[in-house]
Amino acid sequence: MQKFKTIKSIPAYLSIVNIDTDMIIPKQFLKTIKRTGLGKNLFYEMRYNEKGNAIEDFILNTKPFNESKILIAGKNFGCGSSREHAPWALLDFGITCVISSSYADIFYNNCFKNGILPIILPDTKIKELSDYSKRKEEITVNLEEQKITYGNNETTFEIDQFKKKCLLEGLDDIALSLEKNPKITEFEKKLVTNKPWILND
Amino acid sequence: MSKTLYDKIWDEHLVHEQDDGTSLLYVDRHLVHEVTSPQAFEGLRNSKRQVRQPNLTLAVADHNVPTSDRSKGIADVESKLQVETLEKNCKEFGIKLFGMNDKRQGIVHIIGPEQGFTQPGSIIVCGDSHTATHGAFGSLAFGIGTSEVEHVLATQTLVQKKSKNFRIKVDGELSIGVTSKDVILQIIGKIGTAGGTGYVIEYAGSLISSLSVEQRMTICNMTIEGGARAGLIEPDQKIFDYLKDRPMSPKKDNWNKALDYWSKLKSDNGAKFDKEITLEGKDIMPMVTWGTSPQDVISIDEKIPNPESETDEDRKNSIERSLKYMGLKPGTAIKDVKIDKVFIGSCTNGRIEDLRDAAKIIRNKKVAQHVYAMVVPGSGLVKQQAEQEGLDKVFKESGFDWREPGCSMCLAMNSDKLKPEERCASTSNRNFEGRQGRGGRTHLVSPGMAAAAAISGSLDDVRKYQN
Repeated sequence: MQKFKTIKSIPAYLSIVNIDTDMIIPKQFLKTIKRTGLGKNLFYEMRYNEKGNAIEDFILNTKPFNESKILIAGKNFGCGSSREHAPWALLDFGITCVISSSYADIFYNNCFKNGILPIILPDTKIKELSDYSKRKEEITVNLEEQKITYGNNETTFEIDQFKKKCLLEGLDDIALSLEKNPKITEFEKKLVTNKPWILND
Repeated sequence: MSKTLYDKIWDEHLVHEQDDGTSLLYVDRHLVHEVTSPQAFEGLRNSKRQVRQPNLTLAVADHNVPTSDRSKGIADVESKLQVETLEKNCKEFGIKLFGMNDKRQGIVHIIGPEQGFTQPGSIIVCGDSHTATHGAFGSLAFGIGTSEVEHVLATQTLVQKKSKNFRIKVDGELSIGVTSKDVILQIIGKIGTAGGTGYVIEYAGSLISSLSVEQRMTICNMTIEGGARAGLIEPDQKIFDYLKDRPMSPKKDNWNKALDYWSKLKSDNGAKFDKEITLEGKDIMPMVTWGTSPQDVISIDEKIPNPESETDEDRKNSIERSLKYMGLKPGTAIKDVKIDKVFIGSCTNGRIEDLRDAAKIIRNKKVAQHVYAMVVPGSGLVKQQAEQEGLDKVFKESGFDWREPGCSMCLAMNSDKLKPEERCASTSNRNFEGRQGRGGRTHLVSPGMAAAAAISGSLDDVRKYQN
């Protein structure tokens, strides 16, 4: 996984609540067996008309937001299906940071596995930042300091310290868990005695 | 200290806990399907890792499979590649797979319980949000992403942080024509799609205990639509009877040991729940969704809401957006909304009892002339059982299409989909924009309500058709 570095970008604001993962990446693109190449289909049905032509006033189709690395969105972002294709599509488009007042659990976790930082801010701050985005000026997201800088303002955000460490260092979850291999083996030994039906039948 | 059922299952599976609460949990059962697994197996290959416990893993292709004649294989090239990739991966890593032509093939959340793979007190995961279904057996079951699928394959564990406890009590009895689908729709309407975020829900109360095993599955299945990753119900004799002698259920001495363990799985008296709500069965009506989120739900007697009467700006905007997408006007009686299609199936309502419920309504009646209606059984075994009971004939005689098992038009990954602006009464779980096909309009209902809509040609009250 790529290490998460401080981002400077003009943020794009999508003023819809409950954006589900079907909206982020519709099912016809789930047939891939790869993690890459989904960026062009991100928000497909909002971004392209039925003929496949770009809908010009959709935010991610308009300059400079078509190059945004930061997406600001309404509450409960990423609800619905567990498809990791949603963060893969965001990442492939170039978005490495999402800012919302809340997320669905599975999507939230999936972000961290892919080097994407999902920031939670109170509604009032979301309003401030989304207003600021209209200026089309860069903002800075610094994970190390848990700080967003926009113009002369700044705001801080909370994040789980272990998740922060994994993002900053680009740590491989599986390698970390495999370091606990002796504990897993010990657990399985007890399982054989205490709950023999789990492994045997 | 008193513990909830969720607390107990959590503690029983704790392999390691860091100081900050980040925990490594042992996974007892892992279900795999073709859409969310190829990249996980690819990851294993790239890092030269093996599947730690192939015997605790069960795979099936369900999302992409055709529900029409399968003798010609899969026509769509990408779908075919994905299903073949699953077959290849299962062979390479030694995982049991129910292939497309195996009669045990079906929707992953239907075959798990059917085979006895799903068991009380266990942790069950799958790269699919509707894994919550298995919580009906008193297991902790939840959906995970593909990176986590890879993690489970490699380590048989998962990194998690503990959720809070939320109890939803439903007491009393259901009125005639009202089902567990209506219960869960009403719950989601009440708590909202994010109402359960950060919680594991335990469903309790006299009405929940009175439900059959399959009805409980419908409730737990849609827990994710309320934002909670998992929903569970204390297991009882009905669950044990259901599991006895299933192909993958514990056998002989192990059955007795398992039963002894399962019988003790319950929340302690006085266990602390962080949040609690109560519903009364008599207040639950046949429900139908009008919008593009499962929380956009009303009873069949109600009218479509008016965004102008909303004070919350976000809510007002989202109602307007939904109504525009759905092609509906505020104040219209939902019963007057004409439909084009009916879909009966999915991991929410594709089991034998669901088909019986719908068949009871449709028997000796005809599907309205302008409506196309289809039944997609949840698995090959559900299909077989239904055919033994003659339900296929009931459906076919009334004008329903009788299909092969799979996820089908619940998410429209195969060729079963709505055309733009087509309106569907569907027994599935999500009415999101584009879910059943670009521009398609979904109304979530129970199987009986779907059958009633098929007859009337518009959304209708199932109670009208009760004998």
